[in-house]
Amino acid sequence: MKYVDEFRDPKQAKKILKEIDKLCSEIKLKEDRPIQIMEVCGGHTHSIFRYGLNQLLPKKLEFVHGPGCPVCVLPRSVVDNCIRIAEHDDVIFTTFGDAMRVPGSTNSLLDVKAEGGDIRMVYSPLDALTIAQKNPDKRVVFFGLGFETTMPSTALSIMQAKKQGVDNFYLFCNHITIIPTIKAVLDSPGMRIDGFLGPGHVSLIIGTQPYNFIADDYHKPLVAAGFEPLDILQSVWMILKQLKNGEAIIENQYSRLVHEKGNESALSPIQEVFELREFFEWRGLGSINHSGIKVNDKYRAFDAEVEFKLKEVTVTDPDVCQCGEVLKGVLKPWQCKVFGKECTPEKPLGALMVSTEGACSAQYSYGQNIDLINKKNNE
Amino acid sequence: MCLGIPAQIKEIIDNDNQIAMVDLSGVSREVNIACVLDNTHQAQDLIDKWVLVHVGFALSVVDEEEAHKTLKILDEIGELSATMEDLEQGSR
Repeated sequence: MKYVDEFRDPKQAKKILKEIDKLCSEIKLKEDRPIQIMEVCGGHTHSIFRYGLNQLLPKKLEFVHGPGCPVCVLPRSVVDNCIRIAEHDDVIFTTFGDAMRVPGSTNSLLDVKAEGGDIRMVYSPLDALTIAQKNPDKRVVFFGLGFETTMPSTALSIMQAKKQGVDNFYLFCNHITIIPTIKAVLDSPGMRIDGFLGPGHVSLIIGTQPYNFIADDYHKPLVAAGFEPLDILQSVWMILKQLKNGEAIIENQYSRLVHEKGNESALSPIQEVFELREFFEWRGLGSINHSGIKVNDKYRAFDAEVEFKLKEVTVTDPDVCQCGEVLKGVLKPWQCKVFGKECTPEKPLGALMVSTEGACSAQYSYGQNIDLINKKNNE
Repeated sequence: MCLGIPAQIKEIIDNDNQIAMVDLSGVSREVNIACVLDNTHQAQDLIDKWVLVHVGFALSVVDEEEAHKTLKILDEIGELSATMEDLEQGSR
């Protein structure tokens, strides 16, 4: 077993789709509208479009693409601060590839690199640490972003830097945490999501327990889901079964990796290095309290915000972009005014078009844009 | 961003820094295994085990038994209703 192909069998998918179809026709909602399931994680958004699952599912069922693409929700002010750091002559700025094209107020990291800035894409924060060790006369900054999935890797890299006495390695920490984010979605006015596909890889770190409030306080089902097509279909089927039976519980489809209590060995470095920020600004969603993460005082020497004396500034999104509405599920990506016109994956205006996990980029890239744009132009 | 890929641990190459060599879809790569070690699991016990790799770190060990259970459930979905349909057709 390689834990991939087994979960991509088209025959099995057809069978589950038939069951999903049947369940959908049996579920009666109070209002006359489609059943809405939010996939919180951008990885799910990508899989749904890549495998065309949204086209296979009955019309009565809709995916709402949630806020779980960390690159997409990165505020412009953070990109501006990255650029401010990268413009120092003695800095090597390292980042995951996804963040390179995110537009700041005037330009992106890729633009600064093109102008000669020493900006390097890395696969792992440990690669950034190696760069720091090989370049003792430079200050090497790693741009840390992502939900709980990515936090242990950044935390462990900082701990390793401390252990090995590397004093030219800094973290610009922009990690975000999932629970306040889901809560903000649940509390947003006009929220009408019927159930959640839980982010599988965040869940393998934090476990499924932290989601209990979604069932207890908001009476919505959540199923922690894997990322292969059969994982997603099975999870949808599990949510629908709950809806049909009038239940709201937290379930775990991804039990081959996710445990109720999470992974203690991954949680402890997070607790060692990080603390919550009081405020954190999201692109398109505004400020969500206690959703951001920063380096704690113990590891202050590795905090790029301290080293480069960064200030928190708010920069508003361009007026034409409707990323916020798309993120909240009010608009479909193609309903945005600039989708596929001024805003494309090659030249993104809004963040949702930047990462392949962004709802707009996924919609645009997997061949569904032409029909939709035509449809929109005829409206 | 949260992309993770299953890979099989082949060799522990640095015990002090908790580094293992994995086979990741046919490619050999070093990964950090700090997140899959605890008091009950020693590094050597991990050889041949499958782990989920994210940005150079093994985040969790794949539970083979649970994977089989999920596949079994997937097998069974729809079976009951197919049997019901057969019964209905048979009684006609």
